[in-house]
Amino acid sequence: MSWPDLAPLWLSVQLAGVTTALLLIIGTPLAWWLATTRNRFRPIIEAITALPLVLPPTVLGFYILIFLSPNSTLGGLWRDATGETLTFSFSGLVLASALYSLPFMVQPLQSAFEAVGRGPMEAAATLRAGRLDAFFSVAVPLSKRGFLTGIVLSFAHTIGEFGVVLMVGGNIPGQTRVISIAIYEQVETLDYAQAHALSLILLVFSFSVLLVVYSLNRRAPVRVG
Amino acid sequence: MGLSLDISLALESFSLNVAHEFPARGITAIFGASGAGKSTLFRIIAGLEPRATGRVAFGEEIWQSGQKSVPPFKRAAGLVFQDARLFAHLSVEGNLKFAARRSRSTRFEAVVKTLDLQPLLARKTNDLSGGERQRVAIGRTLLSAPRLLLMDEPLAALDHSRKARLLPYIARLPEAFDLPILYITHSVEEVTRLADRMLVLSKGQVLAAGKVSATLARLDIAEASGKFEAGSVVQARVIAQDERFHLTELCVAGQKMSMPASNLAIGAELPLRIRARDVAVARQKPSGVSIRNILSGVIKEIIEEPDTAFAELLIDIGAGQHLRARITRASVFELDLALGHEVFALIKSVSFDRRVLPKK
Repeated sequence: MSWPDLAPLWLSVQLAGVTTALLLIIGTPLAWWLATTRNRFRPIIEAITALPLVLPPTVLGFYILIFLSPNSTLGGLWRDATGETLTFSFSGLVLASALYSLPFMVQPLQSAFEAVGRGPMEAAATLRAGRLDAFFSVAVPLSKRGFLTGIVLSFAHTIGEFGVVLMVGGNIPGQTRVISIAIYEQVETLDYAQAHALSLILLVFSFSVLLVVYSLNRRAPVRVG
Repeated sequence: MGLSLDISLALESFSLNVAHEFPARGITAIFGASGAGKSTLFRIIAGLEPRATGRVAFGEEIWQSGQKSVPPFKRAAGLVFQDARLFAHLSVEGNLKFAARRSRSTRFEAVVKTLDLQPLLARKTNDLSGGERQRVAIGRTLLSAPRLLLMDEPLAALDHSRKARLLPYIARLPEAFDLPILYITHSVEEVTRLADRMLVLSKGQVLAAGKVSATLARLDIAEASGKFEAGSVVQARVIAQDERFHLTELCVAGQKMSMPASNLAIGAELPLRIRARDVAVARQKPSGVSIRNILSGVIKEIIEEPDTAFAELLIDIGAGQHLRARITRASVFELDLALGHEVFALIKSVSFDRRVLPKK
């Protein structure tokens, strides 16, 4: 058995890393808003956030493909600014993955923030902590496990994604050829040895990630998915 | 100048309306049954109820006026929550320093000493007892350098002996930290033990306010305090110690009383709390009864409670002092009690509460 080509694995890790970072930046304020607002539009935003959990990746990928294409507003702006297209590129893949993994970041964070509740935040305010100060010094440390769960799940979910990548990114080595695509192609070309190697890596990785999450959640479970 | 309030807020079943000027020193008890709006009043003062309207001012500072409201973290009001609300991710020391760092308070050592927190500093907040949690919460709030301290039933969750242990710490605060305190409670005992003044709240309205002894003696307080705790406070002076029977002789409104011996000096003045349910009434001076404390007085008010067996009497015992008695309506009828009648109030010696005695 020859040593497998690890470039797709490395690309997957990069994609998952960037996506998770992006999701932390977008998902934290969104989850905080969902956890604290009394706005009547909250259920609508919540439903939209959860959509990627139920939609087939092909449907999601199809819409993202149209939305990101150079003929669309966003895709056109991006092309004018960077000279690249969002479809069939790493940047487009990051956007698509972020959308696809959004609930995996937002839901653990939202339930963690809800568990913190108003009590400690009000206490912090009466102790002269401003809103941002109270958020970072009280809400964030009290939601530590929510953050850990969100980060691990978003990362793992992005590593494992296939349908959306296929629709939006295609199969360009070094650009969009992530591990799941590589395995698919190896099976198509009957290169079972390579497929075995990469699949085993993904299996061990996924199991380890879930083991970490469930070990962390043993004392106070955080709903996953 | 202390705290000046003129606020209202619509609550679920009534609206809270309080217009009051609080003194700039001492402890003022906010007294009333649960659900009277006491905690909400504190939340408004601290700036935690954005829907409240009206005016909140402390000294020269205006905290709320019309649509403008200073956010809670910029108000010099320290709020000790009923449930302590310690930060679970920080140790006791971390909780204290959270406040001290933001207020740049330099009184860390003084607060730790006053509240006896040294042995707790390294502990996690989760395994503190109820009394310890409250001490830490009080200390944390003091370290936020407030100029007004709001304490929301800090002793409510504690049993009797823990309460008794924590009370002296609280009694020490106004002097040690030179700040006015508003103290929510529905315990008459805590009021008489701690406060100089009180404000009685019932269904969101101010029922009475003023000096503790004068306010407690008023009959309409019953509604706010709940029948069980209703009573009055009278001023007594120690006139002699009876070594043989182990009694302390007292003079109340020119009449003699006694209570189980205490080591008070002769001439000492003390407030006595007498619960309404511990007072019985007779038309003639009774003889051959074991009750030793019998005061004569005149009925000033009779309030029959509709749909119950009970009535409350306000009895003038002279020198501007009043006693309250809770008896049955049947007795009022059978003894033919009416306003202006002279009666004898029979008080059980055991009803004197030693814990209300001021510390020497």
